[in-house]
Amino acid sequence: MYHIISIRDLERKDLDYLLDRAREFETGNCRSCRLEDKLAALLFFEPSTRTRMSFATAMARLGGRSISVDSVEASSIVKGETLADTIRVVSGYADAIVLRHPKEGAARLASEFATVPVINAGDGAGQHPSQTLLDLYTIRQSMPVDGIDVGLLGDLRYGRTAHSLALALSLYGVTLHTIAPGGLEMPANITLELRERGMEVIEHENVEEVIRDLDVLYVTRIQRERFPDSASFYNVASSYRITPDLLSGVRDNLMILHPLPRAGEIDPAVDNTPYARYFEQAKNGVPVRMALLHEVMK
Amino acid sequence: MTKKDPSGGLIISPIKNGTVIDHITAGEALNVLRILGITGSTRECLSIATNVRSKRMGRKDVVKIENRELRTEEVDRIALIAPQAKINIIRDFRVVEKKGVEIPEIIRGVVRCPNPGCITNTNEPVASAFEVLPKGLHCLYCDWLLKDDIAEHII
Ligand SMILES: [Zn+2]
Repeated sequence: MYHIISIRDLERKDLDYLLDRAREFETGNCRSCRLEDKLAALLFFEPSTRTRMSFATAMARLGGRSISVDSVEASSIVKGETLADTIRVVSGYADAIVLRHPKEGAARLASEFATVPVINAGDGAGQHPSQTLLDLYTIRQSMPVDGIDVGLLGDLRYGRTAHSLALALSLYGVTLHTIAPGGLEMPANITLELRERGMEVIEHENVEEVIRDLDVLYVTRIQRERFPDSASFYNVASSYRITPDLLSGVRDNLMILHPLPRAGEIDPAVDNTPYARYFEQAKNGVPVRMALLHEVMK
Repeated sequence: MTKKDPSGGLIISPIKNGTVIDHITAGEALNVLRILGITGSTRECLSIATNVRSKRMGRKDVVKIENRELRTEEVDRIALIAPQAKINIIRDFRVVEKKGVEIPEIIRGVVRCPNPGCITNTNEPVASAFEVLPKGLHCLYCDWLLKDDIAEHII
């Protein structure tokens, strides 16, 4: 494994291996797993403070260093320069490149020009494999992933985090429940691909009808700009909001996840229930990214 | 000129040198010309027959181009819209080569990605790349699945 570009490139054994490694980093069971003489370049062509900080933290915790280019500086770099050229130049500075870019497929392109490993930290609405790995990691912390029932709720049409997680879960015999408002359902070709991979996919219109059957509920944002007016947005958003009332009678082990930031999809009163695991999920970004950085630079 | 014989078959008048593309999916002949860069202002001598009755295909199109032999890249492009096409290379009134089109597993620089957010639609020094799947063309950069109107996106 050299570049980490897309969850599609990873087989189940790769995912399990990376998750095991993340576990070792989290528990401190790999004291020799250091990157003391290594430098990672964090190239962020669009703002994502959280992802950038978690990669920088991961690098620092490994004893390595990172140089970071935020969107403002990056925009002056790109003045007249192609991403391909930037990548060739930065390949000469650092031992790995972590790339965030507004265009889909940017990380794949970068991997073709880089002479050091590239980790995709999100390209456009495209792939964001470290997010999917930390989602999986969070699930695996409290239950075996095989054969569980996972609900994906929210904007499943444009929400590529949900697509990518669904693809990864298809390697684990998971039953997938999709819950989305009309017009924002999972694209048919993704559902078809999941079914071709042997996944059972059940579509639901509302969360009440399925929440008691779930082990994991993965909530994503519904964006206002997808709706013609704010009234119809509020109408839909309120019926897809997770509240404490909704949680009566759910499975004891139900885990509610959210890639964050949230915008009203989950009532803050849910935070104090044992089901809320999204802040833990965010924290898991660090060991997972340590595992990725170490894997490509060791 | 092409004429139909009474039994419904097509008589293709012979050409001295050039290419006959037979068994083109009915209705795709004009797209085949577009792929080959043939427009009203180019000077090839050509004959086109569309919606010709065919025993094998029901209906088919035929294109005949004089004094031009198709290159492999051109044949690859034709394959995307007319997978059953047959290419006959003619020299001195004789078919010297007869080949079916073959759809490659990966096609590069042939089809433009319909996703405006795709990195291949910027000024980066890469050609588009698609994996050819039974359900459509899958962009190897942005994962877009191109199912319909492939002819419209051929570069
Ligand atoms: Zn694309």
